[in-house]
Amino acid sequence: MSFILTVAGTTVLEALRNRLAWLAAAVVGASLALAQFLNQVAIAESLQIQLALLAALLRVAAVFIVATFVITSMVREANDKVTELLLSQPVPRSTYFVAKLAGYSLVAAALAVGFSLPLALFAPVSGVLVWAASLMCELMIVASVSLFCVVSLTQVLSAFAATAGFYLLSRSMTAMQVIASASVTNEHTIADSVITAVVNAIALILPGIDRMTRTEWLLGASPGTGEALGLLGQGALYVVLISSATLFDLHRKNL
Amino acid sequence: MSERPVSHVPRSVLAVLAAALIGQASFKSWQPVELPEASDLPPPPGMSSLRLASFGDPIPLAKLLMLYLQAFDYRAGSVTPYRSLDYEVVQQWLSRVLRLDPTGQYPLLAASRLYAEVPDEAKARKMLDFVYEQFLLDPERRWPWLAHAAVIAKHRLNDLPLARRYAAAIQQHATGPSVPLWARQMQAFILEDMDELETARVMIGGFLASGSVTDPAEARFLEQRLHEIEDRLKNRVHVPRK
Repeated sequence: MSFILTVAGTTVLEALRNRLAWLAAAVVGASLALAQFLNQVAIAESLQIQLALLAALLRVAAVFIVATFVITSMVREANDKVTELLLSQPVPRSTYFVAKLAGYSLVAAALAVGFSLPLALFAPVSGVLVWAASLMCELMIVASVSLFCVVSLTQVLSAFAATAGFYLLSRSMTAMQVIASASVTNEHTIADSVITAVVNAIALILPGIDRMTRTEWLLGASPGTGEALGLLGQGALYVVLISSATLFDLHRKNL
Repeated sequence: MSERPVSHVPRSVLAVLAAALIGQASFKSWQPVELPEASDLPPPPGMSSLRLASFGDPIPLAKLLMLYLQAFDYRAGSVTPYRSLDYEVVQQWLSRVLRLDPTGQYPLLAASRLYAEVPDEAKARKMLDFVYEQFLLDPERRWPWLAHAAVIAKHRLNDLPLARRYAAAIQQHATGPSVPLWARQMQAFILEDMDELETARVMIGGFLASGSVTDPAEARFLEQRLHEIEDRLKNRVHVPRK
């Protein structure tokens, strides 16, 4: 347990020394300024415009920061031979992985809280709380997927490209399923059926990120209890799935 | 760097991986994708927002928007797809897509062949009018869809004056070399169907006299139609009034 706490603590410390807090503050400041500018320009629904754009900007920025931090941190650790040093300790690889994931999850959670606070200036607290919890789930998924990609691919560029591709695909999968199922001809060819089946199969193993962290929750339409629990369940389930896939890969590596 | 065999992976990890994979697939399959209803179709964003969203390359966005639009109120095998859509909103979407990609043919194909062929006559007319308006903006490229609109007006709506209006527009505005003669001659045949034989005679005669009909078979066909019209005109003159 002390190993987990130590490694998780050093991961958080690394984030602080990388000036992640300053970067987050700068992003919040710039987003607030842009939203205020748009608020001045808009002639109607100015608060909604300000809130929606602020939330969207903060969400994308948080995802980008978490993915970049996880990937560059793991690559730097591998290049400095810190990974080998940690794995030489008398602890299983799974403990090392859990420690790293715990550290990155703490950073992701802190970022979710920090990025949600400015929204409380414009939106009801209940909506902001739901939005923040959902952003936390989303960032945990992004952190675990980034970890999986960097453990498997070991390079910054390829890992980041894979994570970005995963995120974009997850967010657009529902739209792709709708498009795939709406062929305008009544004749359904084998190609139509194969394409629809492939798209649906891919959708099964991707998380429903498009249902998470929705701006409408900030504008007054809170999700029902069932939906909120479903999103939490999806977040937890997907983190477990990707973590076990990462562990599978980590155990097979000759380090 | 060689990898260690799968036997090095703890069984607990394999078990959790398999369980989580099954759990994820089950979770997602319990949340089926709902096809959007007609009422779900929102008004399109403004042109400036769309141009901003296109990141300076509007054509891919236009293509995606068309695929997005056609998914609304469509059910595979449904007898009456698109019937419940708000056609004002559909026209706004089609218009935006055309402005993003003016050379694209898909929006007017959809307008004339999908949205105009609904059993609701008012909606069909609305969509045909849209095709007509858009045709006037680029006749050389968009004449095929107005020609199809003329066919729908004539055969589905049984509105010969409307069909003639569209055919006349093609004859008047689509004058480039890529427009086939049959499209430019449509008006003459619609006039014949409307029993306006004198005008049809003058029009077909004009085609033949202008020298634009270079294909001998086509010229023969037009001459034959001209003779038939003239015969009908003579018969009409000789019918005694009661």
